Amino acid sequence: MSIAEPIAESSSRESDYVWTLNFGPQHPATHTTLRIVLKLDGERVIDAVPDIGYLHSGFEKTGEHLNYNQYVTITDRMNYISPVANAVAWHGAVEKLLGIEITPRCKYLRTIVTELARISDHLLCTGAMGLDTGAFTFFLYAFYQREVIYDIFETVSGQRFHPSMTRVGGLAYDFTPLVIEKIRTFLKNFPQTLDDMERLLNRNRIFVDRTKGVGILSGERATNMSATGPIARASGVTRDLRKDEPYLAYADFDFQICCAKAGDCFARYYVRMAEMRESLRIVAQAIENIPAGPLNVGIDERTTLPPKSQVYQTIEGTITHFELVMWNRGFVVPNEETYAAIESPNGELGFYVVGDGSDVAYRARTRPPSFIHFSLFPELIRGHTLSDVVAVLGSLNIIAAELDR
Amino acid sequence: MTNASISALSARIGAVSTTEFRGDTRVIIGKEQLLDAMQLLKDDRGFDLLVDVTCVDYLNYRDAKNRFGLAYLLANTATNERLTVRVLLDEPHLSVPSMVPLWAGANWLEREVFDMFGIRFEGHPDLRRILMPEEFTAFPLRKDYPLQGRGERHNFQRIARAEA
Repeated sequence: MSIAEPIAESSSRESDYVWTLNFGPQHPATHTTLRIVLKLDGERVIDAVPDIGYLHSGFEKTGEHLNYNQYVTITDRMNYISPVANAVAWHGAVEKLLGIEITPRCKYLRTIVTELARISDHLLCTGAMGLDTGAFTFFLYAFYQREVIYDIFETVSGQRFHPSMTRVGGLAYDFTPLVIEKIRTFLKNFPQTLDDMERLLNRNRIFVDRTKGVGILSGERATNMSATGPIARASGVTRDLRKDEPYLAYADFDFQICCAKAGDCFARYYVRMAEMRESLRIVAQAIENIPAGPLNVGIDERTTLPPKSQVYQTIEGTITHFELVMWNRGFVVPNEETYAAIESPNGELGFYVVGDGSDVAYRARTRPPSFIHFSLFPELIRGHTLSDVVAVLGSLNIIAAELDR
Repeated sequence: MTNASISALSARIGAVSTTEFRGDTRVIIGKEQLLDAMQLLKDDRGFDLLVDVTCVDYLNYRDAKNRFGLAYLLANTATNERLTVRVLLDEPHLSVPSMVPLWAGANWLEREVFDMFGIRFEGHPDLRRILMPEEFTAFPLRKDYPLQGRGERHNFQRIARAEA
């Protein structure tokens, strides 16, 4: 049976005990808006047909009308659980198109914020999964620490939820000593919370019973279905772009790739919990070794606004500043197209960018991990009960804004 | 490594045009040979992960000769090799063979390309719109479709609570 065969065709008269249930578009476990048409035999799910598009707002079309720096405010709203990872992925792709090598300091800062975003994403995913399967305390523990990460982002950029902090060739904000202090405090306090969280759920009878053996995905099937990230790694696929195609500063750090073999909901939860510890290790190594030097690429690249001292005191700085701020100028990109991806918290997040000479992308395609992972849902839930729907949905970490874009 | 893939490809389907940009290798394949070439890439060259299927509308693009360019982004999870396979299409022949028999993950990706660009994938098990509503008639990511839409949102049929 195909993944999304229309229900009307497959239901026949002799199976009139089978009934159809609309799950969503407004349901606490969908977290945002997505709809699943479930075909039930008693409590058992025979088939599920996802119906998506409720949050479609044309992000990719908008990307063809906003310039490379403006579009970062839109990418932040795709996976709004870890917006910084999207911003880093977007500008990583744009910089690859332009052929810019960003500065070592910028690489480190981007690595730190991406790893903080990963922790924040995994906290929400595991926390909400716990909430949906009845572990409310766990959720509160997770959300308390998420607030700490939001506070760090607010200190960096002035924006709690959507920092939009990357720019082509650099970052809009440098780390102040206060930011570094807050990250150090987080690094000190978070492991205890993580221990508490693991003690709460890892051997919790109710949670383990509800997630072990539910929604099993084999490693081969995961790759065949284009799954990446924690979902594939929970099925034994060892692919992680941070190790396989080291980007930013990941080659400098000592960390492990977390994998599990079971491929069920519990394994996906477990991989995420383990990844948070590895992210902490990366942040701890990075924060003590941030290279000195400029944050943004120099004025030769003509992509980032030069510092004011350069604008006022050098002719090159003045020219670059004017070239960039005048509405009919901007920077020049090649008539080419490229794809660059990062290991976002949810899996491979890439952008296929087509440049047409102007500073507005001709095409800005997102490779959305949520979209690809949600197509796994019908085969994961088939044969399980209605109450398992929320467990599987929670373990896949579907962010509807990224799903529909 | 990528060269080995390309020579294997040209041994099977004849010479392929290859371009390279910032370390990405792109090959352009005719749509008649697409299924054959993809079969080879998947089975013999180990490209087991279909990373993405996307499309670019080259209307008004400088020096573009074809209207649409499909891009299949492939990756080999064992060797981390990447390859981009391009298929160029022109109206009115907007159809290519579906990749669902090779990579099940192509299902939703191809549905999205169909939804946004109107390119048909022959042999796709369930080629319906995925993000736009069923009754939508245009293909919104084509370049001749305006950003503001053509009034679909304004004229969208709404039902009151009493009629529901």
